Amino acid sequence: MTTQTETINQKMLSKNARIGLFIPCYIDMMFPEVGIATLQLLERFRLNVGYPLNQTCCGQPMSNSGDEVNAAGAELLFVENFKSYDYIIGPAGSCVKQVRCHFDVIEQTADVKHIRQHTYELVEFLHGILKVDSFPWAEFQHSVAIHNSCSSIRGLGIAKPSEIMGVPFDKTADLLSKVKGLVLVPVDRPDDCCGFGGTFCVTDEAVSARMGLEKAHDHLRHGAEYVVSPDMSCLMHQQGIARHTGLALKYIHVAQVLNGGPF
Amino acid sequence: MQTSNSSRETILGAIRNNLPKNKVEHPRIPLFQRSGRPLKSEFEQHLKEAGGVAHDVPTVAEAEAKLLTLHPGAKVICSAVPEISGTRRVERVHAPHELADVDVGVVRAQFGVAETGAVWLTQEDLVVDALAVLSQHLVVLLDPEQIVCDMHEAYRRVRLNETAFGCFMMGPSATADIEATPVHGAQGARSLNLFFLPPKPIPALRVRQEPQ
Amino acid sequence: MSNANQVDPAKAAELFILHDQIHEPMHDRFLWATMQRRDAEAAAIPEWEELREIASKIKEHTLTHLDHYLEEFEENATKRGAHVHWALDAAEHNAIVYSILKDHGVEELIKSKSMLQEECQMAPFLQNRGIRVIESDLGERIQQLDGQPPSHIVFPAIHKTRQDVARLFARTVGTDPNNDDPHLLTEVMRNNARPRFLAAGAGMTGGNFAIAETGTFMVCTNEGNADIGASVPPLHIASIGIEKLIPRVEDMSVFLRLLARSAEGVPLTQYSSHFTGPRKGGELHIVLVDNGRSRRLGMPDFWHSLKCIRCGACMNTCPVYRRSGGLSYGATYSGPIGVILDPTFDEFKYSELPFHSTLCGSCTDVCPVKIDISDQIFKWRRVMAEKGYLPLTKRLSFAVAGRILGHSEEYHAMESLAGPAMVLAPHFLLYNRSLNPWGRSREIPPIAAQTFRNWYLENRSEHADIEQ
Repeated sequence: MTTQTETINQKMLSKNARIGLFIPCYIDMMFPEVGIATLQLLERFRLNVGYPLNQTCCGQPMSNSGDEVNAAGAELLFVENFKSYDYIIGPAGSCVKQVRCHFDVIEQTADVKHIRQHTYELVEFLHGILKVDSFPWAEFQHSVAIHNSCSSIRGLGIAKPSEIMGVPFDKTADLLSKVKGLVLVPVDRPDDCCGFGGTFCVTDEAVSARMGLEKAHDHLRHGAEYVVSPDMSCLMHQQGIARHTGLALKYIHVAQVLNGGPF
Repeated sequence: MQTSNSSRETILGAIRNNLPKNKVEHPRIPLFQRSGRPLKSEFEQHLKEAGGVAHDVPTVAEAEAKLLTLHPGAKVICSAVPEISGTRRVERVHAPHELADVDVGVVRAQFGVAETGAVWLTQEDLVVDALAVLSQHLVVLLDPEQIVCDMHEAYRRVRLNETAFGCFMMGPSATADIEATPVHGAQGARSLNLFFLPPKPIPALRVRQEPQ
Repeated sequence: MSNANQVDPAKAAELFILHDQIHEPMHDRFLWATMQRRDAEAAAIPEWEELREIASKIKEHTLTHLDHYLEEFEENATKRGAHVHWALDAAEHNAIVYSILKDHGVEELIKSKSMLQEECQMAPFLQNRGIRVIESDLGERIQQLDGQPPSHIVFPAIHKTRQDVARLFARTVGTDPNNDDPHLLTEVMRNNARPRFLAAGAGMTGGNFAIAETGTFMVCTNEGNADIGASVPPLHIASIGIEKLIPRVEDMSVFLRLLARSAEGVPLTQYSSHFTGPRKGGELHIVLVDNGRSRRLGMPDFWHSLKCIRCGACMNTCPVYRRSGGLSYGATYSGPIGVILDPTFDEFKYSELPFHSTLCGSCTDVCPVKIDISDQIFKWRRVMAEKGYLPLTKRLSFAVAGRILGHSEEYHAMESLAGPAMVLAPHFLLYNRSLNPWGRSREIPPIAAQTFRNWYLENRSEHADIEQ
């Protein structure tokens, strides 16, 4: 089910709009370069970007396991941290989907509704609201396989799922195709899940690993040097498997490519 | 049955108690735009994909000959159609078990469906239902003018309340249960050959002139 | 219910994957190929997405008026000479069937595929009472001979290689174990089943759809085995779930256009048969079965699962199912539809199933009747969490995590502690069910030397949004 927020169809972003930077917990702890790239990229468009220092987590690990009681604390803190921003941007499809779709058990105050309507994943923000048509500061002389996460595709509408009939589109591909030197390679199973699934990768380890390995082989088969995704959680999983298996693939977040670093 | 009746009431009662509050209306089924492709060729393509074979057979004599060419070793040819006599008339068959030795069954379908390559066969066409599935091979006669466009049109033509058995038959029997490998001739007909042959025109009634 | 009863799909899936280098890859490959055929068929129909919407609405309309349509169906079927029975549950279904068979002196019956009959465990019930039950569908027969339930609702033996089948037939039917050509194996089954059809005292089928307008029920097969079973033995018994109702004949066009394309990637099954009253010289009994369906109708979050037309597309698209095999779900219904149906039969036994999913959402997209399968899987997780069915380790660690993540000072304290802790003890994870599951197949991602937050404080502190 795709959630479309109201403002995604607005043509112009107000110059004074306050952007709140949402850095998911695992990016904060393990992939700070993704956060840095996101912030620097947004700043290139002269946006007024703030970063609430008291943010923790969107609550996804608990929420995804159905434990809304224990997710509530994180969810409420998120709302508290971001309620005064016009747009909340996060470089993570699954976390943004969590905010838009699953902040539905906590009381639906005006603040909660505002948050749910104005939280965006980075690619959909750049593509649909800023409508960026060039990245002159960026260059990436490599062959790239795109990985769009299931949350981004089926939860946020970042690309047409292959199983739905209609006109194909891929917002990530649109943006990356504007980066100098970057060559996009096709893959056999573009939107077959990679097997991360949050706690699934731990509770269903064998299946998760098989799915990730299949993904890596698909990318390799088509000559990809890099796998680029708007979702670091998927990449973390795929990278872990590739390294363990000794496959020569490199994994990088779309923010880093579009920003031209840090690598 | 006593128990069944009380169960009936229990089930209907439970349903009524549990019906979702928001009723949904029956949607309208629109008329979909058609491709404009010639019906016969579309029908032939899908029939072929389903494992059937179509033949243009302009005359009854050619139909008889073609049948013998396709099934030279056939001992029992059981026919439900006037055009082809066969070795056994299905009208004379009483029990379905009598059809266990049929090599070739010959039937006429009321119409075909271009979208799928299926033909519509009813109990009235088959006389004995089992002819459709006990025959080792089937020859189906079809008037090439009687091809409808799609399943929507097909369902406007069928008269389900007028027949105990009606089947959209698409090609011969098949299965893909072993390693997803398509195999034809699983339980029903091993082959389905379709002859495009219009039915014999019904002779015009001749009015007898009574002598005054 | 004891812990021993709980189905562990992750463990069963692991066994399926580790069994050898052949079975799981084959299983995944075949079902993926089926999905691609489905995609190609769907792409050829410009109104595909519209058809899904219409089918969904027809089902929702029927289910929100189900009592009316059931009565209409019964009336019309009875008018045409069918005997209509009502079974509250599986036990009553089996008792009714047995009673009919006994009344007619039936010693052997031959049946076509019916998930409902599987659900009711009808075959063992009848066998225990001296009635021989022969499965006529090739996949079901293979599974019956092997003493296993079907693993997929459309391809019951898709988890077996041709060599598996050849060896099975050699063991049970006496054929050459080295001849594994599917054509030959199919021929073996044909010759094995035909005499059984001719000898059987009754033929049993399921019902894909029941049309209220005319009292007709439909059975779709590729083999035509349902038609043999209905046209040869003098007695035909059909088991039909009450949710199979649709209002009108014209509605069938929508469902037939969607069913086989979704299931197998072909326009129709080879045989789409319509039964209205008994055939000439025959007798027809229809058993309408509830077995929890009326209760499910009253579940606001889950009643849409009743729309299911048993196409199996959700299984074919599910990346978890393809790697697990249907038997790993330990239930009649496997795959995504199984995940949302099975807890309604036994909540505790199937409490792990909703977690045997990555919530990728593909199932929702392929469902021809637009069941919100993925959302229902998610909602079942909430039910399981509320009922306390989450494993203890998860419950405890989530309670801890919930506290920490709800309070930023504790979170930042944990960060600075856990950083070094994770580096020193890389195999420790909050919620591991076995030692080091992450590390088994993956390298652990290292904790960064400096968090983003600390970088921000160092480099952008003029924008810092802290209360001074």
